[in-house]
Order: sequence, then structure tokens, then C-alpha cells
Amino acid sequence: MARIELNNIAHSYIANPRSDADYALRKMDHIWEDGHAYALLGPSGCGKTTLLNIISGLVKPSEGKVLFDGKDVSALLPQERNIAQVFQFPVIYDTMTVFDNLAFPLRNRNVPAAEIQERVKEVSEMLELDNVLHKRAANLSADAKQKISLGRGLVRSDVAAILFDEPLTVIDPHLKLMLRRKLKQIHTRFKLTMVYVTHDQLEALTFADQVVVMNEGQVLQIGSPQELFESPQHTFVGYFIGSPGMNFIPCQMDNGNARIANLKIHVGASSKNLKGDFELGIRPEFLKLRKKQENDTLPVTISEVEDMGTSKIVTVNLADHTLKVKVEENREITFDEGFLEFPPEWIRIYADGDLVETGMEKSPDTLELTE
Amino acid sequence: MNKWEDNKAWFMVIPVFLVVAISAIIPLMTVVNYSLQDIFGPNQRVFVGLEWYKDALTDPRLHAALKRQLMFSSLVLLIEIPLGILIALMMPKKGWGASLSLVLVALPLLIPWNVIGTIWIIFMRPDIGLLGAAINGFGIPFDHTASGLDAWITVMMMEVWHWTPLVVLLAYAGLQAIQEAYFQAARIDGASGWAIFRYIQLPKLRGVLTIAVLLRFMDSFLIYAEPFVLTGGGPGNSTTFLSIYLVKLAVGQFDLGPAAAFSIIYFLIALLFCWLFYQVLLKIGTGDKS
Repeated sequence: MARIELNNIAHSYIANPRSDADYALRKMDHIWEDGHAYALLGPSGCGKTTLLNIISGLVKPSEGKVLFDGKDVSALLPQERNIAQVFQFPVIYDTMTVFDNLAFPLRNRNVPAAEIQERVKEVSEMLELDNVLHKRAANLSADAKQKISLGRGLVRSDVAAILFDEPLTVIDPHLKLMLRRKLKQIHTRFKLTMVYVTHDQLEALTFADQVVVMNEGQVLQIGSPQELFESPQHTFVGYFIGSPGMNFIPCQMDNGNARIANLKIHVGASSKNLKGDFELGIRPEFLKLRKKQENDTLPVTISEVEDMGTSKIVTVNLADHTLKVKVEENREITFDEGFLEFPPEWIRIYADGDLVETGMEKSPDTLELTE
Repeated sequence: MNKWEDNKAWFMVIPVFLVVAISAIIPLMTVVNYSLQDIFGPNQRVFVGLEWYKDALTDPRLHAALKRQLMFSSLVLLIEIPLGILIALMMPKKGWGASLSLVLVALPLLIPWNVIGTIWIIFMRPDIGLLGAAINGFGIPFDHTASGLDAWITVMMMEVWHWTPLVVLLAYAGLQAIQEAYFQAARIDGASGWAIFRYIQLPKLRGVLTIAVLLRFMDSFLIYAEPFVLTGGGPGNSTTFLSIYLVKLAVGQFDLGPAAAFSIIYFLIALLFCWLFYQVLLKIGTGDKS
């Protein structure tokens, strides 16, 4: 078990980085608390795998330090760091049996045979690999192979953290769910620190207590799934998380109101001192579509209704802007012109991509996601 | 159902059939035809049935040549395959070093076989050859035209020098194809360099090594140019491998019937060994222990 601390970490694959763009990972500080499950979420090429490899020691950061439980491990090799890593595609030793595969990390560390036997038995039972222990690993299915690579991390009693690099990419959808549940189980049982890299928001949000959203080598927000959903700190987070993503409309702020063309949206008293050009963001889930005009509603035209199975996504035009609204599955949209309500508590105001105003009375930090 | 419509694809295959028939099957059938006759002259032939096959199979000179041949091919595989893998492992994986070493390694493959013969004859000459004279200079008598062992060593060196690069190129390509994650996982698992080779690199090379073994076996089993250029199969019969013996029989003595029967047997032996190798190499690593 370990608390992993990243101290002013930055990494560039270029020898002499000049601008921010030369960095695969821009300067960051973060502490991965012992026993928590984290997800690193971001599009391909955003630096999340680089960050993961820095923790595991496969990549030596160009700047900064990595500390495990306060001890500097920056100079240590991966095998000296007590971490395990599961890769995107299953890495198994083809010529070995499942048993030998699981025993391999222990044998390399000269663990006595009796203990190997015991550890492998325990781990294989938990991963439901005990009935194929003496089969050749190469002949198994992709999900079983991925369990083997996970098992090679779990057998080591000294393992402090398990790192996952998009481990479910090659797994069939119906097995993904089972494997994800298995990971959760393992996490609650062993209380290991887990860091999980993915570009799939659903995976990240269901797996982790804390999600780290990255883009272009930068950490944009670290928070619980609920925080990411309700208060994206950056327009990218709002856009990337949620399906469909957050709506963003350019607006002018004036005296607590957002102006879009000749329309006015009331944001709240706390935004009174904002003036000038901003972006207004609101989740499709929080917009309310009405048939008749009420207080604080704006006229919209409906251009498309998509049935998603569990809900409907309505595309509406407000002035020159397109917005998505999520409505209940059983609601029939029979009108072409409607009115949109913007609940002030869900309006977020952004300047240059960064959140400047939440419009909410409570601080989002006090919210905790309970399952 | 209109069968004609369905079978149009056969027309596409016909050209290939024709080429194979003309280039391989018809000449082979001619050889089969020869092998069943005693030929005295252009129009004087007697059908002798399997007589030549019986002769060939009981010919002690053929047995000796076959033994020599098997010995030679085994040595070639035992030296070239491990050496090829070793060199491939030592070559740089990227950068200018990779390109340079590839070019250097591939050089022997680009030289025509008769030039190779000449190079080595001069190189090994006991009086003026760079290596030959050097060995003699150390007080070790070395002369490939006088000693059977020396001739063997020379042919073996030619073969290894000429063809190990092929094994290197195949093994190198195979090694390059292994995904980085395997090495990363092995490092995390604390595997030693030997364990990485034994459990990752070697198993992943199985495919290319199968091809390398097959190619090198076939090629060395049919070796002709090197001993022919060097000593013509001598001194004595020490480097008379199967093909040298066959040519002596067919061209030297003009015994077309026996030579044809012999070629068929030769062909079948080569085929048998290739099949055996192929089967064995396919089995390695795929069988289930349970």
C-alpha cells in the first residue's frame, strides 16, 4: 500500500522543450491517496499514459519527483517500485501455463515454492481462473488473459499500487461489465491504490472515486464523478464528460444577467461583478423545455428529436446557437416552437475555458457521491 | 443452378496452373520417365522399372553422400540459427545504428555465388590467402585442397558467412515486431534478461524461426555452388554432398537413368525433412500441457 506523490512532475519526449506544446505532460502536482481508486480520463494523446508510465517508472520524468509514502523513487526501476501494471492488450507469457504466468513475478523474486503455491491459489480463485490453472495461457480468451495480467500484479504481496492502461479495450462489451465489477471487488477487498487510464467516461466514472480529466498534457480537473458532472472546472471537462456534453453559448455578462443576442438569461446575484464576453455552460439534463412561455424562459425552435432508449435528446436553436436538451423518454415532443428554461443554480460561466462563476449557493466541494 | 456461372473463377487460376505445370510438373515428369529407363543414346532406351531406384537405395556412395549431407545441414542449422538470433539481439533497435548494421549484415547476401567462391578460395589459400596464410603462420597446417577436414571447415565458413545474415534479418524483423508492452510487463515482473529472452523473445520468434530453419535446411541440403567452386567435392569425396554426387552421376558419367532415380529420391528426402521440421516447429509452444 502506498500514497503516491507527484512533485512538480513534467515530461517531454523532446530533449530541450521550449514551449508548453513540447511537453507531453505539463507541470503538475498530485497526491494519489493510499487505497483510493483513480481514473485518468482524456482523449487519445492527452498524456495520460505518459503520466501512468511515470508512476510505474517505465518513463523517467524530465522534471520533478515521484514519491511513494514520502520516499523518493524517481531513480528506481519499475521492478523496484512495488507496482503492477495492466496493459491495453493482455500481456501474457505464451509458452507458460496460467499457473506459471501467475507465479512468474514471485519466482523472479525468489519467493519460496510453498508461498507461491498459496498466493497463486488465492488469486486464481478470486479471478475465477482456478479451473484453467494448468492450461496454456495462450489458448485462453482475451478477458481471461487480461485477468492473468491483472493476477500477476495481485499475487505480489508487496504491491503498492496497480496501474491500468485502458485494460478493457480489447474485451467484448458484455464481458467488460463483469471485469469492471471484478476490479471494483478487488479494490474493496485489497484496498490497493489503483490508477486507471481510459478514454471512456463511463468506465472512468463507474470505476473511480476520483477522476482526473486531462487534455493536451494538462490536468484540467480532479474530482468525484458528481463534481465533474455538476461543476466542470473547464469547458473541455463539460464537453468531454456527459452524453451529450455540456452546452456552451457565448454571451455578454452584465449586472448578473447573460445576454445572448437580444435575449437575457438571469444567472444570479453572485455574478453581478462580471462584465464582458464569457461563455455560458449548462448540462442538457438541467435545461427545461416547455411548451408555453413562463417566467424566465426563452423562445427556441426544435430541429431534431433523438430517442436514446432511456431518454430523448432534443436539439433546439436559440438565436443562432444550437443546444441539446435531455427530456424524459415517454415525453412526446409534438411542437416545433418551444420555450427553454435555464435554472440559475445549474448555469456555469466560463472565461477562456475556465470556470469563473457557479451560480450555485453551495460550494461543489461539499458534495459527496454516495453509491 | 447455373454451374458455369459459379465456376468462372477457375479461369483466373488457369494461368498459374499452366506456369506451374510447365516450370515444375512437366520437367519433374520427364525425370520420372528417365528414372524408369536405361538410356544408351537418343533413340535407344529400355524400360527397366524400378531397377535404378533399387540401385540408388543400395549405393554405398549415395549413403556416404547422404550422411555427409545430413551432417552438414545439421551443423549449418546448429550454427546459423543461434548465431543469427544472437546477432539480431545485439543489433541496435533504432536510429542510424540500426540502418547501418542492417546494411552491413545484408552485404554477403548481395554477392553472386561464384564471386563468393572466388573470394573464399583466395581468402583461404595457404600461401597468399589472408586467413589461410595467417592460420599457417600460427604453425597450424591448413590447406583445403589437401585435407578433408580443412575443406569442410572452409565450406562451412562460406555457408555460415553467406547465409547467417538471412537468419539475422528474419530474427531482427521478428524481434522488432514484439510490442513494447511485453518488455515493460516483464520489467515490472522482475524478469531477468535471460527470462525475457526465454519467455518473450524466443516464443515470439517461433514463426520467423520456423521459416529460417526451413529455408536454411532446404538451401544447405541442396548445397552445390560452394563445394563445387572450392574443390569440386574433394579432396577425395570429403565434400561430395548429394547434389555434387548427382551432377557427377548425370553430367560426368552420363548415367541419366540412375541420376533421375536419384533426383527423385533426393527430392523426396528433402520434402520429408521439410514436412518433419514444419510439423515439429508448429507443435512447439502450441500443445496443451493438461
